[in-house]
Amino acid sequence: MSALACDGLTVGYGDGAPVIDGLHLDLAEGAVTALLGANGAGKTTLLRALTGLVPLRAGRILLGGTDLTGMSTEDRMRAGLGLVPEGRSTVVELTVDENLRLGGLWRHKAKARKAAVEEMYGLFPALDRRRRTPGHTLSGGERQMLALARALLARPRVLLLDEPSLGLAPKATAQLLGVLRETAARTGLTVLLAEQNAASALSVAERGVVLSLGAVAADRPAAELAADPALRHAYLGF
Amino acid sequence: MDRLLFLLAAGLARGAVLALFALSLVIVWRAARVVNFAQAAMAAAAVYAAFHATAATGSYWIGLATGLAAGALLGAAVERGLMRRLPAHAPLPGIIVAIGLVMVLQAGLAIAFGPEHRPMHPPFSQRPFVIGGVPLLSPYDLFTLGAAAAVMAALALLFNRTPLGLRLRAAAFAPETARLAGVRVPRMVALGWALSAAAAALAALLLVPTELGLNPHAVDLLFVNAFAVAVIGGLDSPAGALLAGIGTGLLVSLVTGYASASAAPLAVLALMTLVLLVRPGGLLAAKEARTA
Ligand SMILES: Nc1ncnc2c1ncn2[C@@H]1O[C@H](COP(=O)(O)OP(=O)(O)OP(=O)(O)O)[C@@H](O)[C@H]1O
Ligand SMILES: [Mg+2]
Repeated sequence: MSALACDGLTVGYGDGAPVIDGLHLDLAEGAVTALLGANGAGKTTLLRALTGLVPLRAGRILLGGTDLTGMSTEDRMRAGLGLVPEGRSTVVELTVDENLRLGGLWRHKAKARKAAVEEMYGLFPALDRRRRTPGHTLSGGERQMLALARALLARPRVLLLDEPSLGLAPKATAQLLGVLRETAARTGLTVLLAEQNAASALSVAERGVVLSLGAVAADRPAAELAADPALRHAYLGF
Repeated sequence: MDRLLFLLAAGLARGAVLALFALSLVIVWRAARVVNFAQAAMAAAAVYAAFHATAATGSYWIGLATGLAAGALLGAAVERGLMRRLPAHAPLPGIIVAIGLVMVLQAGLAIAFGPEHRPMHPPFSQRPFVIGGVPLLSPYDLFTLGAAAAVMAALALLFNRTPLGLRLRAAAFAPETARLAGVRVPRMVALGWALSAAAAALAALLLVPTELGLNPHAVDLLFVNAFAVAVIGGLDSPAGALLAGIGTGLLVSLVTGYASASAAPLAVLALMTLVLLVRPGGLLAAKEARTA
């Protein structure tokens, strides 16, 4: 049973040529899938279309049994989709604690909200030490951590991540992906991880999907993708 | 000395109303990045609702509640009906529509209710308490101060201490991030307008009984001063609105008392110019501009 399925997705900007063109993609329940592709291949566009931030020209998106296609971004999030967007999505006017709590606000029970926040502080001790710190003083790595923590806090069924390693030192990247992998294994979270850094993405993923010319050019087990010299040369740059 | 005390006390009450109206401009600015030039006309409409509710029932308090509700509804309606339909990311359409709305509302009020001043009666005496031979605040001044302070405190608590307030702030600062956290941003923007318009209505409701009376332009001067106050405080800053509101209220009172009432607008303008020269973003402007 796939956690997220899209069928015939076509996405473009204005009246330009489609960036994503009739794309099919199935994400297996509980798996980490790496989404790879050159700059401008359409990774960000695909993730934003899945969350409803960019409108679809055609196609359908199913989350488990729920049809997300006509839903607002807010409702997709409430239905169990999550996105850690490209770049630093920390709200700089809010404190670390407020940024984090934002992720669970739509849950109704105050007690459950509080428990979820404390759980995230347990996972990210660096944030725990800086609860009252204003967002604008955080480093890039801390902001990326905060964005991931906020997304996990909502307990999504499917989490989309757009280049979480951008601007991070290798050690920080490894730590972030480690938390992600561990959480996925523990909770059965399904992850789609878009990355420029193909080697590190494939190292935590079970599967790799290569995006090229608006469609899926390869969809294989991660180890196999990483080991295929032709693919590595053509799409992955390592 | 007696005169100074009297003027300071009067300035405090005036400043509280100014601060409240300025806060209403700050709230809508934060929610929608619009300087709502229609705030005075919308507040005047709300005061007309209060006037008629009081006339019909004989109760000041029913009038007050009606005015606040009318203000909130009008705020939400303006957002849903007009502002939401404008292109985002451009300030000019919002300003033009707001100015158009001023004309429509003020003409509509004049057609419906006539241009004359209708006296409104305060619920408490306006005769000042005399303490040690010095006339100070009147009971109505105290009511004004108390009501404005209570509402500003309640708004501060709402925005800073409640989950709803966090949603309102996130929707205002970073709409996309808020949506990705499941916040229904359009609803928050409409709520911001409603809160803002209700606060402005309250400020107008407190002010009008101390002046000539209600007419479609009764809130215009309050708006002009409160706009200056909001700019002085830093358009983004509720605390700035409070500080600048009290300061400006005192200044206006002193200039009116020692020089003349006609010099007061000039003094406000001079204060605004001075503050902007020293701190272009206003007194309490955010230290770091948004980057995303
Ligand atoms: N807002 C936009 N308006 C118009 N065109 C856009 C917009 N965003 C992206 N594009 C175009 O869509 C294509 C795909 O861009 P996208 O950002 O999805 O690529 P990407 O795979 O995420 O690249 P990168 O690895 O550099 O982040 C590019 O050709 C880009 O120019
Ligand atoms: Mg991208």
